[in-house]
Amino acid sequence: MTISSILLRWTVAFFLALSLGTSCAVAEDEVKLDRAPVDSSNLPSLQRGAQHFMNYCMTCHSAHLARFDLLEQLGLSDKQVKQNLILTDAKLADYMTVVLNNKDAKNWFGVPPPDLSVEARVRGADWLYTYLRSFYRDDQRPNGWNNLIFPNVAMPDVLWQLQGQQILQSQGGAGHLVLIQRGKMSAQEYDQFVGDLVNFLVFLSEPSRATRLHIGVWVLGFLVVLFFIARALKHEFWKDIH
Amino acid sequence: MDKLETDRTRRRLLIGTTSVVGGAGVVAMATPFVLSMFPSARAKAAGAPVEVDISKLEPGMMITQEWRGQPVWVVHRTPAMMEQLTKNAHLLSDPLSDKSDQPENCKNVYRAVPGHEPILVVVGICTHLGCSPTEKMRAGNDGGMGTDWPGGFLCPCHGSKYDLSARVFKGMPAPLNMRVPPHVYLGGNRLLVGADKKGG
Amino acid sequence: MMSQVLGWIDARFPLTKVWKEHLAEYYAPKNFNFWYYFGSLALLVLVLQLVTGIFLTMNYKPDARFAFASVEYIMRDVDFGWLIRYMHSTGASMFFMVVYLHMMRGILYGSYRQPRELLWILGMFIYLCLMAEAFFGYLLPWGQMSYWGAQVIVSLVDAISPELALWIRGDYVIADATLNRFFAFHVIAIPLILVVLVFLHIVALHQVGSNNPDGIEIKAKKDPVTHIPLDGIPFHPYYTVKDIVGVVGFLMVYFGIIFYAPEGGGFFLEENNFIPADPLKTPPHIAPVWYFTPFYAILRAIPQKQMGIAAMGLAVLVFFLLPWLDRGIVKSIRYRGALYRWALGAFVVAFLVLGYMGTLEPTVWYVNPVARVCTAVYFAFFLLMPIFTRLDRTRAVPDRVTT
Repeated sequence: MTISSILLRWTVAFFLALSLGTSCAVAEDEVKLDRAPVDSSNLPSLQRGAQHFMNYCMTCHSAHLARFDLLEQLGLSDKQVKQNLILTDAKLADYMTVVLNNKDAKNWFGVPPPDLSVEARVRGADWLYTYLRSFYRDDQRPNGWNNLIFPNVAMPDVLWQLQGQQILQSQGGAGHLVLIQRGKMSAQEYDQFVGDLVNFLVFLSEPSRATRLHIGVWVLGFLVVLFFIARALKHEFWKDIH
Repeated sequence: MDKLETDRTRRRLLIGTTSVVGGAGVVAMATPFVLSMFPSARAKAAGAPVEVDISKLEPGMMITQEWRGQPVWVVHRTPAMMEQLTKNAHLLSDPLSDKSDQPENCKNVYRAVPGHEPILVVVGICTHLGCSPTEKMRAGNDGGMGTDWPGGFLCPCHGSKYDLSARVFKGMPAPLNMRVPPHVYLGGNRLLVGADKKGG
Repeated sequence: MMSQVLGWIDARFPLTKVWKEHLAEYYAPKNFNFWYYFGSLALLVLVLQLVTGIFLTMNYKPDARFAFASVEYIMRDVDFGWLIRYMHSTGASMFFMVVYLHMMRGILYGSYRQPRELLWILGMFIYLCLMAEAFFGYLLPWGQMSYWGAQVIVSLVDAISPELALWIRGDYVIADATLNRFFAFHVIAIPLILVVLVFLHIVALHQVGSNNPDGIEIKAKKDPVTHIPLDGIPFHPYYTVKDIVGVVGFLMVYFGIIFYAPEGGGFFLEENNFIPADPLKTPPHIAPVWYFTPFYAILRAIPQKQMGIAAMGLAVLVFFLLPWLDRGIVKSIRYRGALYRWALGAFVVAFLVLGYMGTLEPTVWYVNPVARVCTAVYFAFFLLMPIFTRLDRTRAVPDRVTT
């Protein structure tokens, strides 16, 4: 092969190494994240997640870029959304806002609870999945709670009655969490609960995700076919060139 | 059969295949761009049916409600107005609303849902070029419409006149009666504009 | 019928003439390799960016209060808005990818050398425009990275002249006025210049003819009867059918990213840019998008502010001088000696490593030392070029192109 093609290969290899290297570098300085069970085609999981979101998150957090009618994309009818998921007198065409105003929120939590419309894109699904399972009791904190991957977080553990209470045990520098009091759910049930919730948050951040993954197969399949046809055409013409 | 001949056929075939498949790809690629220009999910959500409370709408009065960004008039006609409507036929270009747009159950002289005849629900847009006509509901020359004016609406843009069933008069620039949108009575003086069934 | 219509047009507009001169009877060397796809691909990406850009403009709002939400509106509520937006955001990165490879091709085969100096210079202006276009466009989503990235870059101007920075921003910080004018630059001013420059670039190319991997002038050896270059083949149909293959191959990569990795691992769409701009709070780690990071690393590597800015500017502008810095006898790397190959290799590595260093936080201990070494290599490549290209032991260039 020519030098140019070797150079090209090196370039490609370098970029691959670069992307790998970066992802490792990011992982290094943080606690290892657990993999969130994100599946945008799993409608039952997304519906459960939506329910959890409305019950537990939307008391404080808004998702003001999304309207309630978005939930119909999860295979729910108007009626189901109205009856089960809209807990206020909001209409389907209303945005998912909360009554809590920023000033009150600042007084109570120190910072206003962030809007969750695109939170899963800011933090990443794995981070959220790990975060919601990493709260522990900490008497040093004003609200009595702390978090392993978000130290000194302002939000108290609103899900502790489900998960139970954890404490931090240090073990040669690296801390790990131990459950000291059981909640209403087993560890497995709680993981699924958070998994569904995070799955929903991913949907909320990018409602077109399922469509995107679905259409992509067809587009790429079409391009592969076209590629072979175009290559045959090229070879046919280039027979002339000696 | 020499080699050149086969090559030419093969070449033509390949050009054809590439053009057809590639062309299909271009059309497929254009589709999302074209679709993106239709009303968005937000616009559709805003176009959802709207509820109107008509309990305070006295006879001879009219209220305007926005629906899909358009003015929807709800007119409560008096018995005198109702009587006049039955006499207008000879003045109108489409008295039976044969060519005009309304729900099937509103295709009558009052252009209203049977059982609710006094109430007219109409999209207040002139069928000529889309202006919104002004209210000239009182009969006679009060609004400067001439002494024989039976009461109705006047479009300020090009002078089209409509009666109190929003039917257009003869010889006007507007071709058709104003559109009656789908609407349904929910009971208890509540009206749902934009839907033809309850809860829809 | 067709020929009559064509005749009617040709009497009034040189349609057939243009077709022949620039496609059917434009003779390109027959030995183009993989590297020669990137010119036509750059044109393709330009068209994709223009079309997707126009459709984004239909729904985007250049107002600090609505900009962020309008982008999410496109992503959520506009039919296929997400696809159009991802095509545009991925297209920006692909544009740079393709242009960097296109420039690399020019360096490998000496395409900037006499008589193609002006072609190279026009190309460099396109590159500058592209940088401006990317910079202005990046503010528009009005996320945290948009905001603070623009803040940092405009502050560089501030170091030179505070008045000038004020004039660019139209406010004391990046604000609504800045967003509105950047929008004007991004959607009208720069694209117009870009299109004109691309047109001029192609005109200049067709005046001098394409270079090739052997760096041989094909016009030197012509058929005595037809006066067609012996190593030339008509651009159409040979390179049109070949470029179609390149285009489809490119689209596979492009749509692969759009459908399966639209964030490009955080390099194409950064996580922090999903947080609306907040003038009161800088995100913990800000870095420019990947295509600017080599120059950003140079800026940070130099401990003195003005000097850093100067070095960064120089790092871009020095490419303009390439046609005159290169004193080699041969054009193509194929016939250059070991000296040039090592020098170019060192430069490419330095450029890539600088790019990587620019994405890291400056607090990582090795970032600035490594970036300093690479900056030295980067500039040494250009400054020493007149010397090593002359000392280089080149090989004999064949008369005709090799395949």
